[in-house]
Amino acid sequence: MNAAIPKIRIRGLAKSFGPKVVLQNLDLDVTSGESLVVIGGSGSGKSVLLKCILGLLEVDAGTVEVDGIDVTRLRGSQRDALLRKFGMLFQSAALFDSLAVWENVAFPLIQGRRMERRAARDVALAKLGAVGLGADVGALNPAELSGGMRKRVGLARAIACEPEIIFFDEPTTGLDPIMADVINDLILKCTREMGVTALSITHDMASARKIANRVAMLHDGRIIWHGPVATIDANGNAHVDQFIHGRAEGPIQMAVLHP
Amino acid sequence: MNPIAAIGRVFLFFLAATGRLALFAGSAVFHAVKPPIYPRLIGRQMVEIGYFSLPVVGLTAIFSGMVLALQSYTGFQRFEAESAIATVVVLSMTRELGPVLAGLMVAGRVGAAMAAEIGTMRVTEQIDALTTLSTNPFKYLVAPRLIAGTIMLPLLVMVADVIGVMGGYLVAVHKLDFGPIAYLENTWEHLETQDVVSGLVKAAAFGFLIALMGCYHGYHSRGGAQGVGNATTNAVVSASILILTSNYLITEAFFSR
Repeated sequence: MNAAIPKIRIRGLAKSFGPKVVLQNLDLDVTSGESLVVIGGSGSGKSVLLKCILGLLEVDAGTVEVDGIDVTRLRGSQRDALLRKFGMLFQSAALFDSLAVWENVAFPLIQGRRMERRAARDVALAKLGAVGLGADVGALNPAELSGGMRKRVGLARAIACEPEIIFFDEPTTGLDPIMADVINDLILKCTREMGVTALSITHDMASARKIANRVAMLHDGRIIWHGPVATIDANGNAHVDQFIHGRAEGPIQMAVLHP
Repeated sequence: MNPIAAIGRVFLFFLAATGRLALFAGSAVFHAVKPPIYPRLIGRQMVEIGYFSLPVVGLTAIFSGMVLALQSYTGFQRFEAESAIATVVVLSMTRELGPVLAGLMVAGRVGAAMAAEIGTMRVTEQIDALTTLSTNPFKYLVAPRLIAGTIMLPLLVMVADVIGVMGGYLVAVHKLDFGPIAYLENTWEHLETQDVVSGLVKAAAFGFLIALMGCYHGYHSRGGAQGVGNATTNAVVSASILILTSNYLITEAFFSR
């Protein structure tokens, strides 16, 4: 593949919900094989960004190119082919609770690739092993799992089809610090071993510093700063500085009424 | 506020909702007939809609048949037309009460469950997850339910017809002292194929509408537990209204022939 073409190239992306503008004129590149983390406050449009790239939400304007092809207007089988390149770990893992854990992990293999159930089960158990879960967990229902286990199953499902690009939607939210670090390690392990391109969104700075090669900050519907993770402390941007140090006072005003 | 503008807003909202529903139904039917279809999922829904609704539909049918026999006896006795009871029971059950009561009971039982299940999948991002795993939610969630609903409701109504007639027979023979053979002969005498068929056509339409409303409201639910609760309510109410409305339209279509 041509290294000059970024894996994902976003230009002039805009998305509004009624009068509420969420993304406007957003530009972002994700190069092949890197791990980019997008940080930003709650409600800054991070999830909307991921959903626009995946086509779960229709964009108002702008282009999203994956491997040099504009994907914003793809339909039907072309969209299916595109989505096969992606894996996604949802914030709440989004496991199908009508299926057992192993069936969840095997789902993309059985549904997407028409793999035989028995073979898919073996792959699923291997992927569960890769995220540190035994075969006994495979037989459980998602409702019986703890938060950390659900995330790990979600991760196993995201990597089951060996995608080229994985999206992580707040991978550590709602976990204790130790489990959060376990998930971070798993993300690092999966992305490094498989050489995938990773795009994560988070507001957990510890997680961002650990899993990112590069960090971008989303504010007011735009990317206001981006750079290698090592330079984030010397970013020279008051907004980023306020965010990474978690200060209530600064240029970013949260929508909180002051009495 | 301008009252005319308010009327216009309501009207536009109604048109938009109708359009959304029509697009949803069109897309759902398209995916229900276009391969691949999922026999395993259809089978599971058929068991859920058909088999597990048998007790409630059976109970409704037997008591309806029984009360029909009693009520028509009190009426017809005044004209010494008691022999018409069997005909009244069987015609009312097959043409009207079987499909409508089964439809309403299934709407409450199954339509609500569908809206709650799909609605929960929506608010917990499971429907988004389906899409990212290259599986069309219409094909995987909606189509099997529509197919199963349309097939299973007529079968349920056949059972309800039989049980309802049996309810009438029990009351007539054991309480009103009719002769068992004469009652059964009266039941058969004026029953025509079209009476049963029109009831089964209604049932198929009701099954489709119940599944469509359950899926539609679940699919478009928003905003957590409360949104799912609203979706469930809306699914049952709209399915019930559509059942009663389409019941009249289908009856009229058969009546004019």
